[in-house]
Amino acid sequence: MELTGAQILIHFLEDEGVEHIWGYPGGAALPIYDALDTDAKKLQHILVRHEQAAVHAADGFARSTGKPGVVLVTSGPGATNTVTGIATAYTDSIPMIIITGQVPTSMIGLDAFQEVDTVGITRPIVKHNFLVKDVKDLAITLKKAFYIATTGRPGPVVIDFPKDVQNATSHYEYPQEVALRSYLPVVKGHSGQIRKAVEMMLSAERPIFYTGGGVVLGDGSEELTKLVRKLGFPITQTLMGLGAFPASDPLSIGMLGMHGTYEANLAMHHCDVLIAIGSRFDDRVTGNIEKFCPTAKIIHVDIDPASISKNVVVDIPIVGPVQQVLQEMNALLDKQAQQPQAENTQAWWAQIEEWRSMDCLKFDTSGTKIKPQAAVKAVWEVTKGDAYVTSDVGQHQMFAAQYYTFDKPRRWINSGGLGTMGFGLPAAMGVQMAFPDATVLCITGEGSIQMNIQELSTCLQYGLPVKIVCLNNGFLGMVRQWQEFFYDRRYSMSYMDSLPDFVKLAEAYGHVGIRIDNPATMKQQLEEAFALKDRFVFIDIITDQQENVYPMIPAGAGQNEMILV
Amino acid sequence: MLIENESGALSRVAGLFSARGYNIQALTVAPTEDESLSRLTLVTLGNAHQIEQIVKHLNRLIDVVKVVDLTEGAHIERELMLIKLSAVGNYRDEFVRLADIFRGTIVDVTATTYTVQMIGETQKLDAFIAAIDPAFILETVRSGAMGIMRGEKCLQI
Repeated sequence: MELTGAQILIHFLEDEGVEHIWGYPGGAALPIYDALDTDAKKLQHILVRHEQAAVHAADGFARSTGKPGVVLVTSGPGATNTVTGIATAYTDSIPMIIITGQVPTSMIGLDAFQEVDTVGITRPIVKHNFLVKDVKDLAITLKKAFYIATTGRPGPVVIDFPKDVQNATSHYEYPQEVALRSYLPVVKGHSGQIRKAVEMMLSAERPIFYTGGGVVLGDGSEELTKLVRKLGFPITQTLMGLGAFPASDPLSIGMLGMHGTYEANLAMHHCDVLIAIGSRFDDRVTGNIEKFCPTAKIIHVDIDPASISKNVVVDIPIVGPVQQVLQEMNALLDKQAQQPQAENTQAWWAQIEEWRSMDCLKFDTSGTKIKPQAAVKAVWEVTKGDAYVTSDVGQHQMFAAQYYTFDKPRRWINSGGLGTMGFGLPAAMGVQMAFPDATVLCITGEGSIQMNIQELSTCLQYGLPVKIVCLNNGFLGMVRQWQEFFYDRRYSMSYMDSLPDFVKLAEAYGHVGIRIDNPATMKQQLEEAFALKDRFVFIDIITDQQENVYPMIPAGAGQNEMILV
Repeated sequence: MLIENESGALSRVAGLFSARGYNIQALTVAPTEDESLSRLTLVTLGNAHQIEQIVKHLNRLIDVVKVVDLTEGAHIERELMLIKLSAVGNYRDEFVRLADIFRGTIVDVTATTYTVQMIGETQKLDAFIAAIDPAFILETVRSGAMGIMRGEKCLQI
C-alpha cells in the first residue's frame, strides 16, 4: 500500500492495537490530524486542553491497563508542554509513546517557527527517542518504539516526526517483528541465584518483603501474593507498589518510608533478611542510607541491572522479570522438602504485633472540622474499596496512600518518583477512558487541582464521570508541614488566598459541584456524589488546616527515627 | 564501547555522564570497519562501585551495543598528540633531540616552528610536555586515549 507518512502512522497505530490517542493539534502535526480524519477506523483521539494533560492521561491509561499510552502533539510548545508528563512517566517506568510534530527536515536547525530540538530536550527523560528523517524508516521506527517502551524496564519513547516526512509517501506493510542488536531485555532470572534466595528466605528469623512498583508493572501481583502467603512473612509496600499485595491481608504491615507505618519502618530496621522485589531503594524509602537495614542480608529482584546495588549494596542480586522470578521461587518452594516453619518467625511476629498495636495511623475525630484522614476513609467506605484512585502530590497523596486500603494492583495511580502536581485529574481521565464503567476518583488538594483544572472541559466533551475528591485546606499542605517542622513555622508562600469557588467552577464547566464542610454530613454527601454514576462531580471537602501527615521520617534520618504525632 | 553509528548516539553517552555526575577525562570516537558501528574509548575515574554503575548505565542506553572496562585486563592504551613549538636558535637542535628521545616525529617545519607528532600512553605525552618550557609551546592537540585488549580477546558484536 502506498501511503503518506501521516497515514502510515494512523494505520500502524491501528495495526498495533492502539485504541486511544491523547493529543492537541498544531501546524507541524496537521497532516497527521488530517489522516486521523480520513483514515482512522477504530482509533479514538481525545482532545485535551493542554499537552501536559495529554501525557498524564495516556500515563493513567498505561498504569491502569498495562498497555502503552500514546500521545500526539505538534512541534515547539506542543512538544515542550509534554516534558513534565514524559519525565513523570520516565521516573515511574511507564510505557508510553509520544509523537511530536517537527518542522520540515529542510528547516531543522534554522530556528524556524515552532521549532525546538525535541530529541535533545527529551533525551535525559526518555528510555529512547527517534527523529524520523525518511518515510521509509517510519513503520519500523514505530515498531521499535513500541518494543522498547513496553519491554524490559518500561519507559516513554519519543518519536519526532517532521512535517515533510508526514507528507512524503512510501509503501506500508505492518512490521510484525523487530530485533535490536543493542537492546536485549532480560527474560529470565538466574536459577542458581533464585535457589540461593529461597534458601536464605527459609533460614530467616526476622524476614520482611519490601516490594515496589516493579511488581505492579511486571504483573507479578498474583505470584507475589502466593509467595508471601506461603512463607507467612510480613510485607511492606512502597508508595508505587500499593495494591500488588492486598493491604487488608494481616501479613501486610503497611507502606514504608518517609510516611510509612511505625511497624513497617521498624521491621525494616530490625530485619535479618530483606527481600526487595521491583523496588529501587529510593531515598524516600531508605531515609539515611548509612542507617538503612543495619542487620539485614538483602535479596533484590529487579528487571534493570542498573537498579541493583545502585543505592544499597545487596547480597543476592537477581536480574529478571518479577513474574517469572516469583513463579520460579514458588515452584521451588513447592518442591522443597524443607517447608517454611512458622515457629522460625514467631518471635518476630510477636515483635511486629507489638509495634502494630501502637496504631500509628490513628487520628483525632472529636473536632468539628473534617479530618483529611476521615475523608479518605469515608471515600473508601462509600466506594467499597473498589475504585481506581488517582492522586496529585502533597499531604492528600499520603493520606490517600495511608487510608485507602488498596487490595488490587493498578488501582492506585500517582506520580511517585517525580512528584508531579497536576497529574491526578488528567490521569483519572485516562483511567476512565480505559474503564468507562468503573468508579474513578482523584484525591487531590486545592493546590494540585489548579495545575490542570482546564481539563474539566475535556471531561465534559467526552462524558467522563470522574469524581474529584479535593481535600481543601487552603494550604499547600505538605509545604506547610515542612515549614512547621523545619522552618520555625514561617509559612512562606504556602497559604493560598483567593481560591475559586470550586462548586461554581465545576458548574461553569457543566459539571456537578458539591461542598462538604461538616463531619456529620460527610458520609451522606459522599454517598450522593458517588451515586451520580454518569456525571463528573467535583467534591470540595473543607478540611482541618492544621493536620499533618504522620508518622514522618525527616529527610536524612534513619528508619527508626520517626516522628509519630 | 561499540555504539550505533547514528547521529545522537554520542550525545546520549556524553549526556549520561553529565546527568549522573560522572566525569569524562577523555573521549575518542570514530566509525569501525563496519560502518554501522562506532568505536568509542572513554577515560573516566571512579571507585569500583562507581565504575560498575557507569557500565550498567551505559548498557542501558539503546544505542550502546557493547561495553567493556579495559582496565579489568591487560590492554594497550595509546594517544596521539600534535604539538607546535616555537623553535628558533639553539632550540631548533634541542627540540629535535628531545622529540627523538620520546620517539616523536617532526611532521611540519617552518623558519620559527616545529610541529611534533607523538604517540604513546597518556603519561608519556604528559612527560614530553613537562620537559618543555611552557613559553615555547604554541599549541597542543591530543586525541584522548584509545584502547584495545591484549591477546586474542576482542570487543566485537
